[in-house]
Amino acid sequence: MESPSAVDAIGWALRRDLRVAMRSKGELSVELLFYVIVVTLFPLATSPSRDTLATLGPGVLWTAALLAALLSLSRLFASDFRDGTLEQIALSPAPLVGLVSGKIAAHWLTTGLPVAAMAPLLGIQYGLDAPVLATLALSLLLGTPILSLVGAVGAALTLGARGGGSLLALLVLPLYAPVLIFGAGAVDAVRAGLSAAPHLSLLAAGLLLAILAAPFAVSAAVRIALD
Amino acid sequence: MSVNWFRFSSPVSFYPLAGAWSYWFAILAALLAGAGLVVGLVIAPTDATQGDAYRIIFIHVPAAWMAMFIYLVMAGWSALALGFNTRLSAMMAQALAPTGALMAAIALWTGAFWGRPTWGTYWAWDARMTSTLILLFLYLGVIALRSAIEDPRRADRACAVLALVGAVNVPIIYFSVQWWNTLHQGSSISMTAAPKMAMTMFADILIMTAAAWCYTISVVLARVQAIIVERERGASWLESLIDLRPKGTH
Repeated sequence: MESPSAVDAIGWALRRDLRVAMRSKGELSVELLFYVIVVTLFPLATSPSRDTLATLGPGVLWTAALLAALLSLSRLFASDFRDGTLEQIALSPAPLVGLVSGKIAAHWLTTGLPVAAMAPLLGIQYGLDAPVLATLALSLLLGTPILSLVGAVGAALTLGARGGGSLLALLVLPLYAPVLIFGAGAVDAVRAGLSAAPHLSLLAAGLLLAILAAPFAVSAAVRIALD
Repeated sequence: MSVNWFRFSSPVSFYPLAGAWSYWFAILAALLAGAGLVVGLVIAPTDATQGDAYRIIFIHVPAAWMAMFIYLVMAGWSALALGFNTRLSAMMAQALAPTGALMAAIALWTGAFWGRPTWGTYWAWDARMTSTLILLFLYLGVIALRSAIEDPRRADRACAVLALVGAVNVPIIYFSVQWWNTLHQGSSISMTAAPKMAMTMFADILIMTAAAWCYTISVVLARVQAIIVERERGASWLESLIDLRPKGTH
């Protein structure tokens, strides 16, 4: 029998993880609600004045997206690792790089994409106007896949390690810094009447780099965890 | 004559070598640091604009350089550890992480104490300060991951992957922070305009950097020895070198 190709592997893992995610819709909506609540807390902590909120908005909406991505990372491999599914997946003849790529894609579709869709709505609460909101959505569409890809490396590395969640935050959040800078920077640039193109181009470049490199690091990390 | 470098990838042959080197580099570090401090604190002239406060750069600049450099060295050893599956390379990477974190912390600490009299603030979101802080977080991440994984060989490889991912990210982080900083330069403090430096000052920074190198080599080799003892306890070659029995059981 011919062994399945990387594309087959991506498709299989993507469908499988989406199906699993759809069967626990509660978990997904809680993650999205987390994003909404974090964003809602900032005006309470600072001031409801429109000027303050418009200044804070891009940073808050982006930082909360980072935290939401971080919160959902434990879902990526941990339960599969616990019940032995991950080991079976790694034993399959299909390339592991493809399988983890599919899992990461499913993770983004169920966390990054909803956040990017929700952000403009929350941006209205912060008094951001239409072009700024469009840039916000676009920057999140480009940036959140990077969060899933880089975060997957951390999630795989911390499999079976003590102190899972907080350790994962320590590993992953510093690596998220450039995404945050370019993502929030793009929104800020439009707000200041400048072009967001340089920020968005750099985000896209980062995304391409992450797509090329991260799956290999993730599959190496998964193999280390399963040893 | 060609040297078989892999001979030293075995803890058995490396352990005595590390001990000897650690000893001599410690002496060298003490001599260089002594000379550097005399030049820095006594001979170097008082700076016209910054007064005597500037003298902290003789610690600050070498520490900041070492913090960045050690991360690259650590990533290099990590790559070797993954590529050749040599235990000793991973031990070197493990031994480098605490010293790298220490250097980053010293750079930030002394930077704050230099910044207060010079710029009037302990902390500014300057590009170099911010990226050094993130670098410190990266070191702490590697150290934390190491201590969170029970099996040392698994920890070796997991930390190696993390160090390599971090090494790819360090330039990106540095560049992004710098870019962010130029866009947000609200304050009037320009920290990139380095003050003109007298020749003695620059020479002394180099002496202190050499001292920091020797210190790092000495401490890291001593730490590698400790790691070897910890992991190879029970190996007969180790027991013939040092006495590991608890005191009083002779």
